[in-house]
Amino acid sequence: MRVHLDSEKCQGHNRCYGLAPELFDVDDFGQAVLLIEGDVPDELQAKARLAASNCPEYAIKIVEHS
Amino acid sequence: MTDTVDNQPATDAPASIPMGEYVAPIFGDSPEGTHVWQRVPYDAAHYGAVGDFAVDFDHADPAYNPNAPKVWKQLRENGCPVAHSDRYGGMWIPITHETVNEVAYDTQHFTSRSVVVSVGRPGDLSMPAPIGGAPPITSDPPFHNMARRLLLPAFAPKQIEPWEPEVRLLCQKLLDEIGEVVAGETVIDAAVQYAQNIPVNVIGRMLGFPAADEALFRKFVHDALERITEEPGTFDGIDELGQYILAQIQDHRAHPRDDLTDYLLHVEIEGQPVNDEIVGGMIILLLIAGIDTTWSAIGSSLWHLAQHPEDHQRLLDDPEVMTFALEEFLRAYAPVTMARMVAEDHDFHGCPMKKDDWVLLPFPAANRDPHQFEDPDTFIVDRQENRHAAFGLGIHRCLGSNLARLELKVAIEEFIARFPAFELAGDTRWSVGQIRGPRQLPIRILAVAD
Repeated sequence: MRVHLDSEKCQGHNRCYGLAPELFDVDDFGQAVLLIEGDVPDELQAKARLAASNCPEYAIKIVEHS
Repeated sequence: MTDTVDNQPATDAPASIPMGEYVAPIFGDSPEGTHVWQRVPYDAAHYGAVGDFAVDFDHADPAYNPNAPKVWKQLRENGCPVAHSDRYGGMWIPITHETVNEVAYDTQHFTSRSVVVSVGRPGDLSMPAPIGGAPPITSDPPFHNMARRLLLPAFAPKQIEPWEPEVRLLCQKLLDEIGEVVAGETVIDAAVQYAQNIPVNVIGRMLGFPAADEALFRKFVHDALERITEEPGTFDGIDELGQYILAQIQDHRAHPRDDLTDYLLHVEIEGQPVNDEIVGGMIILLLIAGIDTTWSAIGSSLWHLAQHPEDHQRLLDDPEVMTFALEEFLRAYAPVTMARMVAEDHDFHGCPMKKDDWVLLPFPAANRDPHQFEDPDTFIVDRQENRHAAFGLGIHRCLGSNLARLELKVAIEEFIARFPAFELAGDTRWSVGQIRGPRQLPIRILAVAD
């Protein structure tokens, strides 16, 4: 599984940082920053899905490997 | 959140922002023949109570806020994605998540130059687009982003988190001040004695304004947001607010200190100092926008818990669930309906929108759309998927959302810790206008923590 963050869509609602701080940080303006490159470790996949499904702007996408 | 001083249509927006040449009248008298306000042809008394919200919507009808979720549900079920009203000189009201989202994202057809629907539209003397009277909430691109970036760092999560201990102490102090409480007997007004005192105190401290002025801040909010059907200029509240802010700016110049007002007096946009009218507008926004909004969210959440002891108990038994409960309070009881003005004639989902028509943006209605949320009229304390729009959608996402969330969380935690059981004890009185929440909330305390 991979996570994509669309920084253009992010409006700084801060939901992902609240739910999955292992995967997302926020910058000085409160905009989300993706902390992980490549595959999401198994133990964080549920958190990644939770963050994606709570973003009001649909800025986070989960890509599952086929 | 105020439209005290606003302006020209967004379509006339200058490409660059010639700062300093505008004479915005928030700090003084208007030259003869010019107007901060343009009266719209609407007499609330002539229209009377709303019969059918689909064609005669009025958010200032006293029956609206107490029954708003029923009104939205009925409109949706009757196949009305966008309601209309001739009131306020013409107003459209998207009700579904899809239409609310579309308006919020379309800054070309919808300007933010006034965000409070009232009987006064911005006149020729008010601060023109894309700046507006209280930037950045009243601003459109491209100025919007310049003003917003000045304020974002002060309200970013890592700047707000350190306020938690102070907010917690404040809540505990307010609960102490209630005095002796006899379980099963004592009735308190959780809106007046508790909720309404929290945000004024916090924002007053951040701005470096005197704590003694808290009641005055609530009056400013009431004047700007609840007296929307009164003749502009017939009450002195708006002028008084401008004078108050000017006095605070002067006091900060004379006595510099480390607070948000001082910071704003020294910011620059594109290497230029920002004039006092714009700084004053930003301070007005910061002072007004966070007060009755957050107080409403706290009040509505306690109103819910007073009627749902099972949710109250879950929060006591499993404090971790607050992460989800907080967002569910915000979804189900979102306090803020925003507004736009139509920037140019266009068709919107079959609605013939005309330039200068009002558009209400009921994010709380979007939050209860069954196409977006499963079982939307049920409060699910641990709802896992919750893309609520309580803080808006798009470029105007609530600047103070991290502070609001902190205040709401701590206020609920401290109240339920002190009073592990409580119930409604009489009629709740709801606000009037775009901000929805209890203004009187009688609660009988059934248990007091040791």
